Amino acid sequence: MSLKLTLKKKPTVPVEAESICPDKMEGLGLRDIAALPVHHGNETTTVGDFFKVTGKSNGEIRLEGDTSRFKMVGAAMSKGRILIKGSVGQHVGVAMSGGEIVVTKNADNWVGPEMSGGRIIVKGNAGHMVGCAYRGGQVGVTGGEIIVHGNAGNETGNTMRDGLIAIGGNSGDFTGVGMLAGTVIVLGEMGQRTGAAMKRGTIVSMEDAEMLPTFTYACSYRPNFLRLYLCHLRDLGLPIKDSWIGGSYHRWSGDSIELNRGEALIFDR
Amino acid sequence: MGSTLRIVNGRVYDPANDVDGKTRDICIKDGKIVKSVPPKTKCIDAKGMVVMPGGVDIHCHIAGAKANIARKLQPDDHRRDVHPRLDLKKVNTRSGTGGTVPSTFTTGYRYATMGYTTAMEAAVPPLLARHTLDEFEDTPVIDKGFYILMGNNVLLYQMLQEGRHEEIRNAVAWWLNATKSYTTKLVNPGGDEPWKGHRNATITQLNDKIDGYEQLTPRKIITSMVNTVEDLGLPHPVHIHCNNLGHSGNYKTTLETMKATGGRRIHITHIQFHSYGGKPNENPTSKAPQIAEYINNNSNITADVGQVMFGRSTSMTADAPLAWMLTRYSNDRRWVNADTECESGCGIIPFAYQEQVYTHALQWAIGLELFLLSKDPWRMVLSTDHPNGGTFTSYPRLIRTLMDREFRKQQMDSVNQKAVAKIKRGHHMEREYTLQEIAIVTRAGPARILGLKNKGHLGPGADADITIYDEHEDKELMFSAPRYVLKSGHLIIDNHEFRNNHEGKILHVAPGYDEGIKDVIRPFVEDFYTIKFDNYAVSDHYIPRHEVVPTAKQ
Repeated sequence: MSLKLTLKKKPTVPVEAESICPDKMEGLGLRDIAALPVHHGNETTTVGDFFKVTGKSNGEIRLEGDTSRFKMVGAAMSKGRILIKGSVGQHVGVAMSGGEIVVTKNADNWVGPEMSGGRIIVKGNAGHMVGCAYRGGQVGVTGGEIIVHGNAGNETGNTMRDGLIAIGGNSGDFTGVGMLAGTVIVLGEMGQRTGAAMKRGTIVSMEDAEMLPTFTYACSYRPNFLRLYLCHLRDLGLPIKDSWIGGSYHRWSGDSIELNRGEALIFDR
Repeated sequence: MGSTLRIVNGRVYDPANDVDGKTRDICIKDGKIVKSVPPKTKCIDAKGMVVMPGGVDIHCHIAGAKANIARKLQPDDHRRDVHPRLDLKKVNTRSGTGGTVPSTFTTGYRYATMGYTTAMEAAVPPLLARHTLDEFEDTPVIDKGFYILMGNNVLLYQMLQEGRHEEIRNAVAWWLNATKSYTTKLVNPGGDEPWKGHRNATITQLNDKIDGYEQLTPRKIITSMVNTVEDLGLPHPVHIHCNNLGHSGNYKTTLETMKATGGRRIHITHIQFHSYGGKPNENPTSKAPQIAEYINNNSNITADVGQVMFGRSTSMTADAPLAWMLTRYSNDRRWVNADTECESGCGIIPFAYQEQVYTHALQWAIGLELFLLSKDPWRMVLSTDHPNGGTFTSYPRLIRTLMDREFRKQQMDSVNQKAVAKIKRGHHMEREYTLQEIAIVTRAGPARILGLKNKGHLGPGADADITIYDEHEDKELMFSAPRYVLKSGHLIIDNHEFRNNHEGKILHVAPGYDEGIKDVIRPFVEDFYTIKFDNYAVSDHYIPRHEVVPTAKQ
């Protein structure tokens, strides 16, 4: 039986809830968990002020109710699981290094910024800046997986260094901007300026994309590694078509204003 | 009766008064050091500890528009280095951010925690004095002042072109008064103006004609300003950042600049950046021995080193063409280049000095060479040109590098060996700075060069800015964590803990001038500035706590 946090009343302003994290709740009694601090506006309040805490902590935390105003859930988590039955606010899974976060509805901006391991699954849509570096940061995601079943906003995978980001729907502008390495797979359409200033790394899309003039068409081929990735994503529940797994992809290399070692693989219908 | 205090049993290092490690009592009354206090006064027992005057930083960049832009440019720096607020009994301290360009409050607290009590912001365009003073108001504990940029001033150029020397003197004096600043600073004199007008234009020789001013050369600007400052009798001479900073082969320019003054006092700042041999656009070599020899033999020259420390830094300068050149070598994508109307330029680049990069390792080694070859520590003082060469929080590490031969050797062995091979070997590499010499290069020397008679020493009449360190084998540890710090007699750090807050004051000069000069400056400002002349001068309520440092004529 997992630990269950049931929302009593939706807060009027966002709450910073770094305490909702298996690492911080492990081994605590229900009363201690309810006393953990969260920041509500300019006040420090407690988990118990917003949630009814029941169950027993066994590594999994279930959030129930409309938690779309709770930010920083699962911040810096390294193990365990958080199941969010509903939507969640910004910065979910920031700097996480292990474990799993599942969001059954939507996630706001900044899903998994600067994460280094673990997995975040968003069943609905995600906001802007999925898997990014914070502003000014030199390196974004350094490992782990972010799987969004719906759409994602702008700057998905900004400055990512390693790991996998998969978007089941469409992504916004600047997908994979400034990537250093790693993989971004978008099953739907991408917005403008894909891969701008990327150094290395791979961006994959199953729909046609308008490439920047600093990207050069290289060839069409059937990359083996992509089959492994797509089969993995199919196991995770994304609707991967058979034609994609065996299909041919146009390879564009860029961004030539940087190292020109990145690639965009666009499915050849 | 004012508050009194006595420090007993400490080993005192007070080079200005020839006290070298003797056990002395220091008596304090009303924020000043006095000869004696009544016997029943409260005591600090400094047995086994080292007592020095509070540190004086002669050259740093801690406030004003460019520091603010550099902060905004590097949010990542702040996130990793948060300075928490403290709830103290008497007064609370404010939170802030650190990194290479700390926020105002953090700057004050961190200087104090390191035992520094005075710091001079080294480059402020006169137009932005108001901003700088506003930030100073929020920089606690330390006393502070700033130098105004006068090396690329269009109105002064016009006057100099026409030989109106009397008016130049009055104009400079008016500017010092209008901005509440401490002295004048020349940055790449003659270099910024052409840069603003033409792509990639700059100045490479002291005798180069400056674009748009047929009669002007950097040499004329330098000598004119040296004359002016001497005529005004400012406590600190002209503070010069020479032309060609950072370019290979620039040591010739530096030597020429020092010779150009004809025996009059000047202060050459961050001289490490001006001691390079080699050909332009090729790898530099070290010319530190030549520079150090010239300074050793000419007592009119003072300098601060501008040591490079490995790690993150922020290059922040009024030398706009230099900043543009640096963008080529930076490993960071961000940079800013800006113009300050008719007064100056500006460039900001986040930077990282790396041990394995030839140039960086050489710069580091040249700085050390200058320290080790210097025969007169009173005239070659410590600075890192914070945050250009490294942050002020790296001073304790630098002090250890100077005082600990083995530590220095270990570092030498771990950096780029091609660079180290370029350094002249010899007896001087074995030199270890003594505590007395450290007291000179970090306190007494800068205070004397600045002409601050009440700072940098512990004689009667001096401000009671005092640092008390635990004697420790590891000098980095020792100098980074003083046990007690007193500012104007207030105990700020008590037993390693921040216990008290203090506002600090503004140090500035107020030389006399002929009121008629306003009628000359007014039309120029009305025509070419974005600000009205009547709004230009900073009013006195910007300096609620201040001290006018007298000129030679006052």
